[in-house]
Amino acid sequence: MSTSATSTLSPGWRPVVARSVVFRHDRVRGVDLLLLPERVVVLRGAAGGIVALCDGERDVAAIVAELARRHPDAPVDTEVPAFLGRLYDEGWLR
Amino acid sequence: MTGPPRTGDTTPTGPRRGAPPDPDPPWALLAELTHGCPLSCAYCSNPVELNSRSAELTADEWADVLRQAADLGVVQTHLSGGEPLLRRDLHRIVAAADGAGIHTQLVTSGVSLHEDRVAGLVEAGLRSVQLSVQHPEPGRAALIAGARASRAKERAARLVREAGLPLGLNAVLHRANLDALEALVDLGLAWGADRIELANTQFYGWALRNRDALLPDPGQVARARHTLERLRAELAGRMELVWVAPDYVDATAKPCMGGWGAISLTVTPDGTALPCPAAAELLGADAPSVRDRPLDWIWRSSPAFTRYRGEDWMREPCRSCELRAVDFGGCRCQAFALTGDAARTDPACHRSPDHGLVRELVEAARGPATPDTYVYREPAPSDRTRAPQEARPPQQADPGKQR
Ligand code: SF4
Ligand code: SF4
Repeated sequence: MSTSATSTLSPGWRPVVARSVVFRHDRVRGVDLLLLPERVVVLRGAAGGIVALCDGERDVAAIVAELARRHPDAPVDTEVPAFLGRLYDEGWLR
Repeated sequence: MTGPPRTGDTTPTGPRRGAPPDPDPPWALLAELTHGCPLSCAYCSNPVELNSRSAELTADEWADVLRQAADLGVVQTHLSGGEPLLRRDLHRIVAAADGAGIHTQLVTSGVSLHEDRVAGLVEAGLRSVQLSVQHPEPGRAALIAGARASRAKERAARLVREAGLPLGLNAVLHRANLDALEALVDLGLAWGADRIELANTQFYGWALRNRDALLPDPGQVARARHTLERLRAELAGRMELVWVAPDYVDATAKPCMGGWGAISLTVTPDGTALPCPAAAELLGADAPSVRDRPLDWIWRSSPAFTRYRGEDWMREPCRSCELRAVDFGGCRCQAFALTGDAARTDPACHRSPDHGLVRELVEAARGPATPDTYVYREPAPSDRTRAPQEARPPQQADPGKQR
């Protein structure tokens, strides 16, 4: 897997959490988590809300549009694709 | 609670008067599903005295433990042993963990992992597999593990990758394989591993019996570290190389378990709950059982989990040492095993008054050219006949105590 973040952001990409990864809300600690082998990633701020939209149905444009609707004043169209690309590079999104 | 004496501590605002503060929730559970195992690794850290198969928790009992663990905050479990594949009901335990929202990793020797078994486990929600490897050369691996298993491991690795699960390898390092570190990493690359844990032997349980044969000399460790740094640079982004340091040789206490009762807990095959997998001997009858008590009480309030939590139990030199928040005074089980007193500073630490015990052993450590002669667990391992070096026949070192 040597694909870089930019090349994954093709219009056809419909991000979904990788099968080895569990995305869930931690009700005990009140945070969203990505659970990986040997590792737990705590998703801070809006990150959990973005991953929650990665359902394998929406493409990146649809995710951005949904977030722009929810947060009209946030720079979602630049930051969200970059964030998704980073998660892809880590192997957490497919 | 049987903590350290509090004479003289009368400050009303002082820490931990009376009931201990509520601990943070645990992140991880090590579930030791059985002590049974087809291998007899010389470095095995399981206790000398193993739980019998008939004493094991049932799948229903494990399901209950996993639900309680999830309620407590556990989000990850290692399903381990022994060899967890010996449990025919393993898929039910995996399903219970996954159903409770807990990420599951199978920790296995790979022996008897067949295609339909993998499919059933994936179906039940298994997320990841960690496979042990003893040596890149099959004959030497057989000598270390007390049985031939290299081909079974290679097949297991392939099945795991074909099932689309991430594969980690775990190689316990010692005198007989530290110089083969690069070949171990090559093996991992060939088998499609994402991660290799290069874990220097920790001397607990059975491994303590074989300490003289396992302990490397410092030159060997230095060579391995050098190779590791080069490989890390070469493989950055391709494979994660995790190094578990040799505390004896480094003369440095490890931050054992991230602190006593701080991050994770272990449940043994018969349901004993421990703050550390090696703590059974130290705690003796004080170790609580999930069969008698709720896990919540065990984590928050049991004497076993509160005894060395935090820093109140520490004596000098740890008590005033600036590193106590980094390494938590090292390992309680090691202090107990080497000095008979679990509240002493870990003798691996060069500042410990008992460090001479460890230093003498390291100074006496023989080089890699010395033949490896191990004491194996009963029952006697078979098929070591083609190993390149003669192994001493297995000895029953503690008659009557083993299964
Ligand atoms: S270390 Fe070896 S003998 Fe011990 S449980 Fe693991 S595979 Fe079995
Ligand atoms: S004296 Fe105690 S706290 Fe200090 S480095 Fe040694 S083990 Fe760690």
